[in-house]
Amino acid sequence: MSKRAAPAPAPERTPTDWKGAAMQKRIRRRYAAERRFKLFGMLAVILSAAFLAFLIATMVANGARGFTRSEVALDLDFPKMGLAVDRTHLSTPGADLALSGAGLQDKVEIAAESGGDHSLAANSAWITVRDAIKADPSILGGKRTIWVPASTALEMGARGEGTAAAQADASRLRSAGKLRTGFNWGFFTASNSNDPVAVGIWGALKGSLLTMLVTFLIAFPVGVLAAIYLEEYAPKNRWTDLIEVSINNLAAVPSIIFGLLGLAVFLGTWQIGGHSFGPLLPRSAAVVGGLTLALMIMPVIVIASRNAIKGVPPSIRDAALGIGASRIQVVFHHVLPLAMPGILTGTIIGMARALGETAPLLLIGMRAFIVTAPQGFTDPATVLPVQIFLWSDEVSRGFVEKTSAAIIVLLVFLLAMNGLAIYLRNKFETRW
Amino acid sequence: MTDATPLSTATATGHKMSARGVNVFYGDKQAIRDVSIDVDMDHVTAFIGPSGCGKSTFLRTLNRMNDTIASARVTGDIMLDGEDIYSSAMDVVQLRARVGMVFQKPNPFPKSIYENVAYGPRIHGLAASKVALDGIVEGSLRRAGLWDEVKDRLSDSGTALSGGQQQRLCIARAIAVDPEVILMDEPCSALDPIATAKIEELIHELRGRYAIVIVTHNMQQAARVSQKTAFFHLGQLVEYGDTDNIFTAPKQERTKDYITGRYG
Repeated sequence: MSKRAAPAPAPERTPTDWKGAAMQKRIRRRYAAERRFKLFGMLAVILSAAFLAFLIATMVANGARGFTRSEVALDLDFPKMGLAVDRTHLSTPGADLALSGAGLQDKVEIAAESGGDHSLAANSAWITVRDAIKADPSILGGKRTIWVPASTALEMGARGEGTAAAQADASRLRSAGKLRTGFNWGFFTASNSNDPVAVGIWGALKGSLLTMLVTFLIAFPVGVLAAIYLEEYAPKNRWTDLIEVSINNLAAVPSIIFGLLGLAVFLGTWQIGGHSFGPLLPRSAAVVGGLTLALMIMPVIVIASRNAIKGVPPSIRDAALGIGASRIQVVFHHVLPLAMPGILTGTIIGMARALGETAPLLLIGMRAFIVTAPQGFTDPATVLPVQIFLWSDEVSRGFVEKTSAAIIVLLVFLLAMNGLAIYLRNKFETRW
Repeated sequence: MTDATPLSTATATGHKMSARGVNVFYGDKQAIRDVSIDVDMDHVTAFIGPSGCGKSTFLRTLNRMNDTIASARVTGDIMLDGEDIYSSAMDVVQLRARVGMVFQKPNPFPKSIYENVAYGPRIHGLAASKVALDGIVEGSLRRAGLWDEVKDRLSDSGTALSGGQQQRLCIARAIAVDPEVILMDEPCSALDPIATAKIEELIHELRGRYAIVIVTHNMQQAARVSQKTAFFHLGQLVEYGDTDNIFTAPKQERTKDYITGRYG
């Protein structure tokens, strides 16, 4: 049959008319189909690019102003204020108490009155004044102009929004050189606050960092080791099939379920033999959030790592086994380094998912109002997406920009993480 | 296992490796039936036979590479210097260092040429110092006839070499752990005639120092490189003897049909 010269004469066929009208029509139809497909593909790309551009443009337009802050110059006549404070206290740790006891906050608020129904200075302005006095107590002896954060009303006025009175105040102060707008460094050093002028992202950013660190330290080694065991050591039988199905299902479980799991396991109380234990860990803490997210992304890491390990050619395993490498040497000297780019890619996908996750963290109490940045893994903390969620719920107008600004910070964080991962992946790939 | 008993004293007669009544099963399917054979130090032994006759399977039982296949099961005795390699006392890692293997497709590690050769001695602790390791690497590459071609680029990747060079690198890698037996599973099937000639030349030079077992599809190659030839068919060892006799005066009808090209 496969011989070229078949002995039996084939039935006569009419010669194909490659130039005929029917053929030309076929060709035209084929070209049209290809053009259509290319067009749809390009439309899809353009559409996604447009969505992305729209997202970035709105975020930047809204958020850019979240990174700026207006300051107002307050003329303070300290002798007239009548601050009853012992100057010898000012260089001691009791200075804060002495100054607030002397009614500094009220005095600053009086100095910041605009005559209208809004204050010129933010609620936190007196803290700036207090710090200035502590830095140089001699200013209490005379008049001094101190730049303090502008109130939300004045901030709005400076942007041409808000009430007419605020706008008038803003333009009057600006022409008098008493209002300036600059980059809001405080946004990166402060934490949450009731006052949108004083809020910062640092607490949430640090919370995210600590949480991600816990997630990575748990999920990466456990996930990779599980993948190695399942691929290289586990016998292939019904039990490993069951485990494989379970892992695939776990990867698809909605994240909020993992929040409930974390709540029950880490924060629940246990009744064992009439004794009650727990909760094992403090609420709202980065360690609990990290563990919960680790549970969530571990299946993703296991699946990606197994695929990467499967992709290592068997000839490499044979080569290593053939010169007497033990199984663990085969895995750690040959298989794992070759699978590392794939494993890292899977880990990045998992970590990026964990970084943007809100729902499970709400359940374990990471939606707390965090005024000071967490100092450790067990301190109350929140994370960037939860902070965004909380700010987006706030009534005050000033939070709109802060929300967008926080989204920009989250996106930059995400980009930095992905960039680092791509760098690491390329480094591993070129080494081989 | 029928005629295993009369031959079982063969291990004491100084053969490097001896197999007695070996059967290999993949699940329910029997791939090797009752094979008994001896491999000697001063010989190159060739396994020939048509595709699927089990010659590679049998070769892989000699250094327990079949252990990696979950469904594979081996019965019978295989001795290395009179020691049962399937006994629990035998350490499989050490066995594979003593019985090295070269594979059908060149499979250098995706590491530098130096690292490829140095890896084996390093994991077995064969070199006391960097200088000693350098010496082993150079000696192995020289013996594999590759030194002059690669001495100036030892840090280049092993995968950047040509196919024939890669296969010689794999032989150097096997030699580096100072094995007693080298198993070669169709080492030239992926190579062009010139590279093949170089490998065959190399096999000639390595003879005597190592017991060499080579599986080949190519009967001319078996005739050129080996002193002993074993003909496998359908999982059985049909005929085993001096290469000259097998090719000029085969005793079995099936051997004769195969070497005259009647099938295979």
